[in-house]
Amino acid sequence: MANYIKNMWDGVYTVLVGMKITWKHMFMKKVTVQYPDEMYPIPKNARNRLQLYADQCNGCNSCARICPVNCISIETLRVTPNDPENPKVLEDPENDHWLPRKLWVTKYDIDMAKCCYCSLCTTVCPSAAIQHTTDFEYSSYFKEDLLYHFTAMTPETVVSKKQMLEEHQAKEKAAKAAAAAKAAEEQAKAAATASAN
Amino acid sequence: METNIFIQLLGNNWIAYTAIAVLPLGFLLLYALVAILAELKVSAWMQDRLGPMRTGPWGILQPLAEVVKLLQKEDITPDLANKVLYNLAPYMMFTGAYAAVAVIPFSQQFVPSNINLGLFYIFAVSAIATIGVVMGGWASNNKYSLLGAMRSVAQIISYEIPAAMAILATAVLASSLNLNEINTVQDGGIFNWFIFGGPGPWFKVFVLPFTFGLCLIYMIASLAETNRTPFDIPEGESELVAGYHTEYGGMKFAMFFLGEYVNMFIVSAIMATIFFGGWQSPFGSSIMSGPVWGLFWFLAKVGTVVFFQIWLRWTLPRLRVDQLMDLGWKYLLPMSFICFFAIALWKMLI
Ligand code: SF4
Ligand code: SF4
Repeated sequence: MANYIKNMWDGVYTVLVGMKITWKHMFMKKVTVQYPDEMYPIPKNARNRLQLYADQCNGCNSCARICPVNCISIETLRVTPNDPENPKVLEDPENDHWLPRKLWVTKYDIDMAKCCYCSLCTTVCPSAAIQHTTDFEYSSYFKEDLLYHFTAMTPETVVSKKQMLEEHQAKEKAAKAAAAAKAAEEQAKAAATASAN
Repeated sequence: METNIFIQLLGNNWIAYTAIAVLPLGFLLLYALVAILAELKVSAWMQDRLGPMRTGPWGILQPLAEVVKLLQKEDITPDLANKVLYNLAPYMMFTGAYAAVAVIPFSQQFVPSNINLGLFYIFAVSAIATIGVVMGGWASNNKYSLLGAMRSVAQIISYEIPAAMAILATAVLASSLNLNEINTVQDGGIFNWFIFGGPGPWFKVFVLPFTFGLCLIYMIASLAETNRTPFDIPEGESELVAGYHTEYGGMKFAMFFLGEYVNMFIVSAIMATIFFGGWQSPFGSSIMSGPVWGLFWFLAKVGTVVFFQIWLRWTLPRLRVDQLMDLGWKYLLPMSFICFFAIALWKMLI
């Protein structure tokens, strides 16, 4: 009988305790973050969409080689010496320190559909040109839209630079050939004088 | 005093009767929307969430969106179901629930049908909903539905008795089965409500624990009768998918759903009427009373009880079947008998 009454008391009492808890929670601060309107702060080192700072990239190709899924493809072109534009690479963005550019990056594509966010590319990059951003809202309806083209050069400039380089190379070749011919001539001349003596 | 404003205004003709029959239906549809929203919001708040927020300001249009969704769904009848019973069950359930509204005194001036056997009638017609449950469960030809229906019936029968005892006790106190009459008796402020022993001399404090206990018993039993947590084993999602309405979709499911919410309203209305004075003002009949205030008080009381049901639902876990039977037969039933006996004795003595 005592047990019976105790059971009854426990039943009522524990329900009241539970109700008190739920009542308190009703007026507590809610944990919901209304996502598209507000967002959790994303840590600075979060690995999300990749971003290339084309000014800083010197075209060394390290990132493409280290990428485990081969999603970066790079094409480069040698810069013609004495290019009238005198292109530069931003070597140290903090101190605004620029160096002469050796390579044009004519193509820099990242397929974000393939990327596994391992962050190896950002680690090997000598000039911190490729970096993760905190932007993660870039899903798209077509896979092709995830192929990002980062190069700062237009196709026309690429063509003109190519031409410039070719001309330069042709000129160099001609100069070289002329120099070789001259050397051969001089050699022949020297040989002739030696045999005359 | 005439208890039906429509007959007073429109005369004793069919227009008045149509209005009387249709008005509660409109009210109940509106109430169901509000109750669904309350359920969503309260459950969310108790779990530290915000609940629906995107449909309309603060998500208040969410129930409408859900109704529209259910309306759009295809109307399916399973191949092996018993077509007639399957299609009839949801309407049976809703009819049973709606029929009970006929005798609920919304206000002094609006009792759809002021019959003398109100309490008895409510008990009789609310059993129709049970038939709907069994019909739906059996006709679905699905083991979960059948199990859910059987559990539901077992549960309703076990809890009907303590609930009936509680109701009977108030009938003894009021010496009437007419719900409007029961309300009228509880005149004179909050301490004359039947939860506090009804009107009487100071020594009614002796009977107060019993009426209070009966109110508690009726609250528990009504939760079980409406199949709500902690007594939702007939539709326990983790065991029975959805219980007797597993096979139902679209409009028929909406009908079951509506039936359940109307049932919730009915038990809350009975509770408010027989224990909390119905349309009586808590400050006595001179302050804030009258037909319109009556309606307000009645709705406020019903709302409070509905809120309690929602509150309990999101507080307590589900009972096991044997615990449910334990509670029903070993605790509620003897206690309700004791309380009933004490109240009857008290009524005899004074
Ligand atoms: S982060 Fe993406 S792009 Fe960079 S190396 Fe990894 S897979 Fe390749
Ligand atoms: S992004 Fe960095 S690693 Fe990749 S090619 Fe440019 S400089 Fe080299």
